[in-house]
Amino acid sequence: MVRDLTIGQYYPGHSLLHKTDPRVKIVLTLVFIFIIFFCQNFFSLGLMVAALFAGVALSRVPLKMLLKSMKAITFIILITALLNLAYTTSGNVLFSFKFFKITDEGVYTAVFVAVRILALIAGSALLTYTTTPTMLTDAIERLLKPLKLFHVPVHTLAMMMTLALRFIPTLIEEIDKIMNAQKARGADLESGGLMQRAKALVPILIPLFVSSFRRAYELAFAMECRCYTGGEGRTRMKQMKLKGLDSILIIGCALLLGGVIALNLLFKAYNLG
Amino acid sequence: MNIIEYKDVTFRYEGEDENHVLPLTIDGVTLNIEKGSFVAVLGRNGSGKSTFAKLANAIHLPESGQVLVEGLDTKEEKNTDLIRRKVGMVFQNPDNQIVATIVEDDVAFGPENLGVAPDEIRRRVDDSLKAVGMYDFRLAEPHKLSGGQKQRVAIAGILAMQTDCIVLDEPTAMLDPIGRREVLSTVLRLNRERGITVLLITHFMDEAAQAQRVIVLEKGKVLMDGTPRGVFAQPQALRRCGLDVPQATGLAKALADSGIKIKTDVLNEEECIEAILAARKE
Repeated sequence: MVRDLTIGQYYPGHSLLHKTDPRVKIVLTLVFIFIIFFCQNFFSLGLMVAALFAGVALSRVPLKMLLKSMKAITFIILITALLNLAYTTSGNVLFSFKFFKITDEGVYTAVFVAVRILALIAGSALLTYTTTPTMLTDAIERLLKPLKLFHVPVHTLAMMMTLALRFIPTLIEEIDKIMNAQKARGADLESGGLMQRAKALVPILIPLFVSSFRRAYELAFAMECRCYTGGEGRTRMKQMKLKGLDSILIIGCALLLGGVIALNLLFKAYNLG
Repeated sequence: MNIIEYKDVTFRYEGEDENHVLPLTIDGVTLNIEKGSFVAVLGRNGSGKSTFAKLANAIHLPESGQVLVEGLDTKEEKNTDLIRRKVGMVFQNPDNQIVATIVEDDVAFGPENLGVAPDEIRRRVDDSLKAVGMYDFRLAEPHKLSGGQKQRVAIAGILAMQTDCIVLDEPTAMLDPIGRREVLSTVLRLNRERGITVLLITHFMDEAAQAQRVIVLEKGKVLMDGTPRGVFAQPQALRRCGLDVPQATGLAKALADSGIKIKTDVLNEEECIEAILAARKE
């Protein structure tokens, strides 16, 4: 079971989006989210959804996988949509029941908010689908480099993230082993109330802690033996250089922002909220 | 020429407090490791063999005496970095020495630390992965590899640093027989083809039998030091310190003890078969 585990939700591939510089992808994802919040009517939001579909097509990530990542938040979307439906009181009343009214504007707002959230999630999922966790931490390290001026230990933080990612599967395997060992000694992990089950976890967590510290100790030795002395004087095998492809994407995003502003102004009458 | 010299080295681990002084783990060891040689260190648990290995690249510093790596004293702090560029170390647990989430990134870790230029790192990584036969797995995630494969990645990580010597501290202790064979044949090949000095700490006799020189440690002292043939010719002495001879040697000895005229200085299965065939002819 553990062997099949992939960290994060990376979808291996060689598409254009996979090849894009991870730094550019992170920044553009943030910009994308920003633009989505900037959309004020269905026309500008429609443009963003179209751009999103173009992005999905570029990434060659199957739509089905993308939908799967949104399953978890359907509940949240439903709630926000319902709340918007119930709390918008302006506009033409479509349906009323005692003090409860549904207006056409309420319906528009509910749909608008739902689409906005979906686009947000899909946009950021696209980033994690096309970028390995290592590339992400690498890119974050490089993007945050200016913070070094303020004595933020950027390299150390990035190294911590990499190591954490590296040890997730190892520790899962370890938990599995410890659980089996405790079960073999008669530990009951499955029955009882919440408190009882929480208590039953103690004999699993303590050995996990002890072994994690032992691992940390050994790993530190191994890293020192490979001449690791922190971020100073390190080089990187994988260099990140901006390519033509990256600038095309950046320009594309700039055009999107322009388009959204234009549509917002052009269809001002349809602006919501 | 010697790459590592131990000069009357003693070492002890720190006790819990001042009144609680632990006995010496290494007790007056003097020996030289020749450049390009393949040396196996044998000993039972607690014999000090792992400590002996860790003295070689300044993880442990001697209490008295000296350890010199190409003439550099491990006790001097300014030498530590230089020494670790010369002597790489592979540990027992493959999981606890792999740093990155992708094989090639892990192999690149060492040279990156040394500040090697990116193109050169790429070349070294590819070369090292080919040398240990893991090139096809360069983009794999380490946790999906077998123990033997992980250990070969760890060896590649040291190779990429281009150290002159690799110290392996029981690299096969946690592996299955296939993994053990993979790792050992890799190490043997690196020693033969690239002239890398190998110091192999092990408690498997069959592995030690393939070395050029076997050192047996007992209670922190050198008990035996010689060729595998010479060392394994003394089964009594070996058994007294909790060790045994390789199976093939043991079989030949047992046959000889039961009155059959057979050559007993065999080290592996092939030699044993030959000896038995020769004995049958007579």
